[in-house]
Amino acid sequence: MHIDPEAYANLPAEDFAPLGDADRENEQIARPSTTYWQDVWARFRRDPLAMAGLCVLILVALAAIFGPMLSPFSYEDVDFLNGDMGPSSAHWFGTDRLGRDIFVRVLYGARISLTVGVVAAVINLVIGVLYGGIAGFIGRRVDMVLMRIVDILIGLPSLLYIILIMMALGSSIQSIVLALCFTSWIGTARVVRSEVMMLKSSEYALAARLTGASDFDILLHHLIPNCMGPIIVSTAFLIPSAIFSEAFLAFLGIGIQVPMASWGTLANEAIAALSSRPYQMFFPVAAICVTMFSLNFIGDGLRDALDPRLKK
Amino acid sequence: MIHASPNPPSAPLVEAQNLCKYFPVRARFFGKSRHLLKAVDGVSFAIEKGETFGLVGESGCGKTTVGRTLVRLYEPTAGAIRYDGQDISHLNRAALLPFRRRAQMIFQDPYASLDPRMTVGDIIAEPLRVQNLYPGKARDARARELLALVGLKPDHINRYPHEFSGGQRQRIGLARALAGNPEFIVCDEPISALDVSIQAQVVNMLEALQDQFGLTYLFVSHDLTMVRHISRRVAVMYLGAIVELAPVAVLYKHMQHPYTQALLSAAPVADPRRAAQAARIPLQGDVPTPIDPPPGCLFRGRCPKAVPRCAQERPALRDLGGGHLCACHLLE
Ligand SMILES: Nc1ncnc2c1ncn2[C@@H]1O[C@H](COP(=O)(O)OP(=O)(O)OP(=O)(O)O)[C@@H](O)[C@H]1O
Ligand code: SF4
Ligand SMILES: [Mg+2]
Repeated sequence: MHIDPEAYANLPAEDFAPLGDADRENEQIARPSTTYWQDVWARFRRDPLAMAGLCVLILVALAAIFGPMLSPFSYEDVDFLNGDMGPSSAHWFGTDRLGRDIFVRVLYGARISLTVGVVAAVINLVIGVLYGGIAGFIGRRVDMVLMRIVDILIGLPSLLYIILIMMALGSSIQSIVLALCFTSWIGTARVVRSEVMMLKSSEYALAARLTGASDFDILLHHLIPNCMGPIIVSTAFLIPSAIFSEAFLAFLGIGIQVPMASWGTLANEAIAALSSRPYQMFFPVAAICVTMFSLNFIGDGLRDALDPRLKK
Repeated sequence: MIHASPNPPSAPLVEAQNLCKYFPVRARFFGKSRHLLKAVDGVSFAIEKGETFGLVGESGCGKTTVGRTLVRLYEPTAGAIRYDGQDISHLNRAALLPFRRRAQMIFQDPYASLDPRMTVGDIIAEPLRVQNLYPGKARDARARELLALVGLKPDHINRYPHEFSGGQRQRIGLARALAGNPEFIVCDEPISALDVSIQAQVVNMLEALQDQFGLTYLFVSHDLTMVRHISRRVAVMYLGAIVELAPVAVLYKHMQHPYTQALLSAAPVADPRRAAQAARIPLQGDVPTPIDPPPGCLFRGRCPKAVPRCAQERPALRDLGGGHLCACHLLE
């Protein structure tokens, strides 16, 4: 190439000569190879409250799964001779008015609570991510319609439709989960929508479009994986709120019915003898509190660990 | 050679004809009224096969928008894009697929243009996955081959973008662009975000690849030194329109447009290590916004030579001979 010597901005030819390998030093890999999720786990592990929450939750889950199998008592076996007994070596949490072992009943309650939490999380994820993803990605009129629907749903009084659903479908664990999930996905949908709206004009989404990828391909391969952080955080906080809602409704007498035992049902039954036998109330309530605290600590820890702004 | 044939008779590979791209913007200030941001307003040029066509201008003048519209990331508001004789201005995604293989782009920001959740191998192989090229094991081999081609280690396919420096990321972007064996690449300021010491490396690589594969480039930059070095012809843009277009030797010696003159006089740096400081162009006055531009020459607010006519009539691009085009009333 010809370059006029007296023109502006002249460069000696050697400035464009390829550099030797020695000059590549500054091009070396600067960070150790860690994936995003390894980073997240490393940060999460440094949070003592979150780790404590995780340990407690694992204990509760193990106890809920295996505890009832190991116990000599069943949650529905009535034993009138041993009713209203305080905690002892045989009945760790005591017995209720009908002589049922409260320890086993609390463990059964844990099964119900954890099931409600997990199922609510899954439903929330599937509906929330797809709904929010589609609204945010397509935008314009579709987004407007979808978001108005959400506004209407969120305006409904929750107790009203929960009671209606329970009356229509009967008090089973399925109907309570359905009632709780009726609008709970909306938070996730909104988070995903705003993230996707922001990410869809990012250069890597454009780069994907340039490969010929379809909208759905870009949504699935680029946008949703990149808003996994906020999705996980919103799900992490949804689980305890679903568990608490179930307990609260059961306490009010809406939901799981005796002899099945949800923590809320147990607390409800214990009201009658609250002053004389407070332990009947204490154990289910303590179980609710411990689980709620654990889940919320885990949620906090996840939120901090997933926050990319903390990344050095 | 540059001087020999400024206007070769061969059919151009890429052609923009009166290309316009307007973005609707909502100006809160004026209530509900909708305004048009004319990012690109009536741009015409043709790029020959095998040449490097430079596009320079200040930040915000619409260079990126021209590049993105040319590869049909945007649909033009008006005008036409012809690629190898075919009008691709309004084709849909499926109809564009064959074109996607032939025309690619390197993005301005090496940090934002690589998906942080994907491995380098997946990023590079994405065009192959989407278009189902090199199926099965061949795809992995192709990704490794591409990495080696751009001067990275083939073993890097399992790493993530954040582990790489800016220059390395730009190489990864280049490898992705090359994956489907394209013939035309829009290089949107591929080096402006990089360390000066690394800029020359990337430019060298682009030139070597051009020789190796017979590539055609649209090279976008605000660094006149680099454009001069790499391009055969250069177009100068101002506020969405081309104000001057000429073969590189003509432009840098006999520029006619007051804006080009201001641009060049503001770039006296001969040392690439200091070229980054020259990127800022100390022109007088502010760049007006391209929202609802007034009639007349767009440059007149900052033009030292403006005459009354400049306020009434927008100057058209005039052919000065020898492939030199310029839009200014003073040239009549
Ligand atoms: N998607 C968009 N929506 C609305 N306005 C846009 C959009 N893309 C670009 N613009 C506007 O169009 C104008 C030209 O932008 P463009 O990115 O093409 O400039 P550029 O020459 O590439 O600048 P730079 O040197 O900063 O990269 C700017 O005023 C910008 O704000
Ligand atoms: S037309 Fe007038 S304002 Fe525009 S560049 Fe020429 S002299 Fe300056
Ligand atoms: Mg740009």
